[in-house]
Amino acid sequence: MSEPILEISGLTKVYAGGFKALESVDLTIAKGEIFALLGPNGAGKTTLIGAVCGMVRPTSGTIRAFGNDLAHNWRSARARIGLVPQELSTDMFETVRRAVTFSRGLFGCPNDPARIEEILRSLSLWDKRDAQIRMLSGGMKRRVLIAKALAHDPELLFLDEPTAGVDVELRRDMWRQIDKLRDQGVTVILTTHYIEEAEEMADRVGVIRDGKLLMVDDKDAMMARLGRTEAHITLAAPLAEIPPAIAAFPVHLAKDGTELCYRGGDGTGLGKREVADLTKMLTAQGIDYIGIDIHESSLEDIFVGLVEDRV
Amino acid sequence: MSMVNPGFNARGAWAIYVRELMRAMRTAFQSLVAPVLTTSLYFIVFGSAIGSRMQAVGGVDYGAFIVPGLLLLTLLSESTSNASFGIYMPRFTGTIYELLSAPVGVVETLVGFVGAAATKSLILAGIILLTATFFVDYHIAHPILAIGYIMLVASAFSLFGFILGIWADNFEKLGIIPVLILTPLTFLGGTFYSISMLPEPWRSLALVNPIVYLVNGLRWTFYGSSDVNIWISFGLTMGFLLICTLVISFIFRTGWRLRT
Ligand SMILES: Nc1ncnc2c1ncn2[C@@H]1O[C@H](COP(=O)(O)OP(=O)(O)OP(=O)(O)O)[C@@H](O)[C@H]1O
Ligand SMILES: [Mg+2]
Repeated sequence: MSEPILEISGLTKVYAGGFKALESVDLTIAKGEIFALLGPNGAGKTTLIGAVCGMVRPTSGTIRAFGNDLAHNWRSARARIGLVPQELSTDMFETVRRAVTFSRGLFGCPNDPARIEEILRSLSLWDKRDAQIRMLSGGMKRRVLIAKALAHDPELLFLDEPTAGVDVELRRDMWRQIDKLRDQGVTVILTTHYIEEAEEMADRVGVIRDGKLLMVDDKDAMMARLGRTEAHITLAAPLAEIPPAIAAFPVHLAKDGTELCYRGGDGTGLGKREVADLTKMLTAQGIDYIGIDIHESSLEDIFVGLVEDRV
Repeated sequence: MSMVNPGFNARGAWAIYVRELMRAMRTAFQSLVAPVLTTSLYFIVFGSAIGSRMQAVGGVDYGAFIVPGLLLLTLLSESTSNASFGIYMPRFTGTIYELLSAPVGVVETLVGFVGAAATKSLILAGIILLTATFFVDYHIAHPILAIGYIMLVASAFSLFGFILGIWADNFEKLGIIPVLILTPLTFLGGTFYSISMLPEPWRSLALVNPIVYLVNGLRWTFYGSSDVNIWISFGLTMGFLLICTLVISFIFRTGWRLRT
């Protein structure tokens, strides 16, 4: 891994009511990488981002950014970090251009109308530059928040669910945007519920649940390991055990032997090919089946798999 | 890339200051017209109508006598409410995330928010003094000191409002302190009378009211006379300013009501 830009160790957050939102999280982010933090609602993603960006006071643990302890060098570190929050919160009566110009100043940069124009154009907001933010659509509002976060040219950018409530086209647009940031050398940490989003953009993926970072891995390695394709083959007659001929496949029996379950693949189509091979093999073995249900596993399925593996 | 001075982010403070003033300009009509109208009504009723039948107080015409008190009345309530709304609204709408994630600390935040609130108060004070000339004759004995004292009071109560805006977790709380404490104290604080006019025990009791000292401090800069020792007025204002500053730096150090 190249030079770390963010090093989190032993980060724990217990909220005022006693709720433990983060439990001893260790995470190192390399300079220039795109990192996706995946997790269901309430997993602690926003809390983790908040702890780095200053909205949440960590209960214990240390955070180092750009090689310095954040507790001591917060002012210079924050000047290099950008944040797009999950909620659409901004002064709705301000105009787009003024809001973005304000953000740039707030983060200590000299005013630069040309740079602001560049940012607004890249997010297709230039036509709306003098409109009050409340008059924009939800997707545009989100882009304004992105423009505000980019206004001071951060080296480390947090995107908390950047594509929530955004249509398919805009989502693709956002992905392209993040690719561009990657080319500029910006390190991006984003949270999402959508596995395809992590798949599309991330170099590495972290899975968080109940405040614990369950695993962190290269995206490709994780996809291969977790498997994405799930098939349920309903058998004409129950089997007592897996026949040796198909034992090489990642399969198990369910529903008293009346159902053969497959979970495997690596997100590149291997799963579908394997299921096809499996059914041919069943036919060859004379094992009759009366139904096949095949689907790509959802994030939730993967979590279940992940937790089962651990137990 | 941004290279922020590790000690003080002047651009950040300036950005907040300008934004806050811009925000006030959007509602300039409401924020100026209401206090000016109210004060004008006071001048008409107490200055022109009743004042003409009142005796001079300590050699000062009654209409003129109430000018510094009325000015202070407006100054206190406007500074407090401007600053408290200024910081309460971002907390309420969630936009505070940007401040918390920005390279700005307590000093930049205070310069920005409190500076803007105090500036608004000063502009308002100017307009009120101008309005007063239409209704009463007055002159200011120590104009420089008067401006200085007005700035001091505006800053102190903007700081106070800032604390209120952080403390309040709903709109009711935001309004309760000004209505329950500030307004009664200002009305009983010798705006419309000299405390020497009061019978005992009210007179001694009035001396416990800190607003009495503020009103008299400002009145001294206008007419060179005061019911109380003006050094106490000055000391009290400075002390209040200091306490508010200390409370705010404590709030920022602990993140109370700002960070979760
Ligand atoms: N201010 C708070 N006080 C108490 N508990 C909180 C607070 N903020 C968050 N929590 C709790 O901490 C847990 C983690 O919340 P967090 O917002 O970090 O989740 P998340 O992973 O971002 O979820 P989502 O995907 O829904 O955005 C949740 O159970 C939430 O209820
Ligand atoms: Mg969240």
